[in-house]
Amino acid sequence: MIKVSNLHKSFGEVKAVRGISFEVRDGEITGLLGPNGAGKTTTLRMLYSLLLPDEGQIRIDGLDPTRDAMAIKRTLGVVPDSRGLYTRMSARENIAYYGTLHGMKARDIDMRIGELVDTLDMADFIDRRTEGFSQGQRVKVAIARAMVHRPQTVMLDEPSNGLDVMSTRALRRYILGLKRAGHSVILSTHIMQEVAALCDRIVIIANGIIAADGTAQQLLERSGCDSLEDAFVRLIGSEEGLLA
Amino acid sequence: MNGIGTVYKKEVRENLRDRRSLFNSVLLGPILFPILFIGLAYFSSSKQQESVEKVLEVPVVGAEHAPNLVMFLEQQGMVVQTPPDDPEAAVKAQEVQVIIRIPEQYGEQWRNGEPAVVEVIADPSRRESNIPMQRVKGLLNAYGAQIGHLRLQLRGVSPTIRSAVMIKDVDLSTPQSRGMLVMIMLPYVLMITAFTGGMHLAIDTTAGEKERKSLEPLLINPVPRWQIMLGKMLATATYAFASLFLTLLAFRFAFPLLPTGAIGVDLNLSADAIGGILLAIAPVVVLAAAMLTTLAALAKSLREAQSYMGLVFMIPMIPSLIFMVNPMKPETWMMVIPMFSQNLLIGEFVRGESVSTLWLAMSMGSTLLIGLAFAAVAATLFNRPRIVFAN
Repeated sequence: MIKVSNLHKSFGEVKAVRGISFEVRDGEITGLLGPNGAGKTTTLRMLYSLLLPDEGQIRIDGLDPTRDAMAIKRTLGVVPDSRGLYTRMSARENIAYYGTLHGMKARDIDMRIGELVDTLDMADFIDRRTEGFSQGQRVKVAIARAMVHRPQTVMLDEPSNGLDVMSTRALRRYILGLKRAGHSVILSTHIMQEVAALCDRIVIIANGIIAADGTAQQLLERSGCDSLEDAFVRLIGSEEGLLA
Repeated sequence: MNGIGTVYKKEVRENLRDRRSLFNSVLLGPILFPILFIGLAYFSSSKQQESVEKVLEVPVVGAEHAPNLVMFLEQQGMVVQTPPDDPEAAVKAQEVQVIIRIPEQYGEQWRNGEPAVVEVIADPSRRESNIPMQRVKGLLNAYGAQIGHLRLQLRGVSPTIRSAVMIKDVDLSTPQSRGMLVMIMLPYVLMITAFTGGMHLAIDTTAGEKERKSLEPLLINPVPRWQIMLGKMLATATYAFASLFLTLLAFRFAFPLLPTGAIGVDLNLSADAIGGILLAIAPVVVLAAAMLTTLAALAKSLREAQSYMGLVFMIPMIPSLIFMVNPMKPETWMMVIPMFSQNLLIGEFVRGESVSTLWLAMSMGSTLLIGLAFAAVAATLFNRPRIVFAN
């Protein structure tokens, strides 16, 4: 359960986030939808306590990222916008490094990597060095290392960026699997179809504020449009950033 | 604290796999520097021997004015050559290194018992002509002294009466202390190694991590940022220390290969001296790791970080250069100056002297303090969003 109220963040003159409030419920996939530069990544960075908000409140399962950063980081699985891997290490070593940083025991890490190899279908490359991995393989490793400590809440920042159709489909199946397993998921994206295919609730962000918030059905009703795409354009008031 | 160890182990292991940069940063110094030393020493000693032993061939202008002198020179093994038309021009053009000119009035001065003038034409600013010039002067002096003796004896005076004072050298330098080349160069080489040995890691673990876009996900792990930074700095220091150790080891094996003639003595680096040097220089390694990491973390990209490293090279060079230009007697107050004090201490160790514990403690303490201050600054750098999200 995540509660965000009246979040503000500026970088010098630039006001990236100007009063954002929303809720993420357990066992649901919540989509943060918005054009590039809308403030999605900044909002997520405040949620996983890498940035301090200037104003406003965040509660993740009752914890405040500005005070209990370490505790929150233990319950979160994050696949951020930048997801570089260590190319001189194998996929397994990359994942195990994060497991160790989470204080997991070696045996536990081995077991967990075994599970992740199955669910993410990584058997072919798990022991190869990540140098020269395809985008799809890289995203899988980035997801696996974010999930190694079995987090309850999962945040994915534009996870399908740069993926081909097959990899995107596999990614969507995986995210739906997370929901079925009872995780709460926040997904930030600028791609309409992704939101339509995955999300229970949609939070539309534009220019640092919430443009609309609700289920797909509610958004359609509120905008009076037939398709989600039209609704999106109507709600944020421009077509900017819509084309992926 | 578990985080420090985890980050440390990962950085050390991962960088061991980067063969090329491992070789450049850690191994190249220990291989290259001793070879450079031995090569230089051989070159300079063979050059010296060559010009000392070579047959001295000198053109003599006006040989007919002093047949006895010329005969003496020839008896001493000098080959008298016919002079060029313009002796000064020939020396200037470096066709000849030394020319003797005997002026016309030589005979007249000689007969009158006045000092007879003989000119030695050479350009002492050309280092290679120094040795032949000195050999020529030596021969001329010997001739003058011989004739002087004879004149005094003819007049019934003991020639020793001319030597009112006799200088006798009492040499107190230990055999090692004469190894000047090594004395000056070794601290310099070691100081640079303390920086270069860890340079690659300092860049790779900070600016490199940023450029690979792996810093943000790393910082999302539940480990305090200062622990992550500390693990990285320790890995950097470890590599620098390893490089230093290998360099000293290489020098230990290289010293016996040095031509004794070049330095005049046998040099050796005892296990005790190596231990002492490593102890003295360990705080410099800490300081270097912290400085390099700070600089590299402030850089926005790998390329920017690398460009800073050129400046960092200057830091360990400054004290060594001051010492090279202006050798100073070590004094207690100098021991608080980082890098300068180590320069002096390494000299003492190599010279085979026992080093004052107070000096060692002062040098280590002050350098370590400054190193830790830098490390404390570096440890907070990842708290700044501007550094984490550089691009």
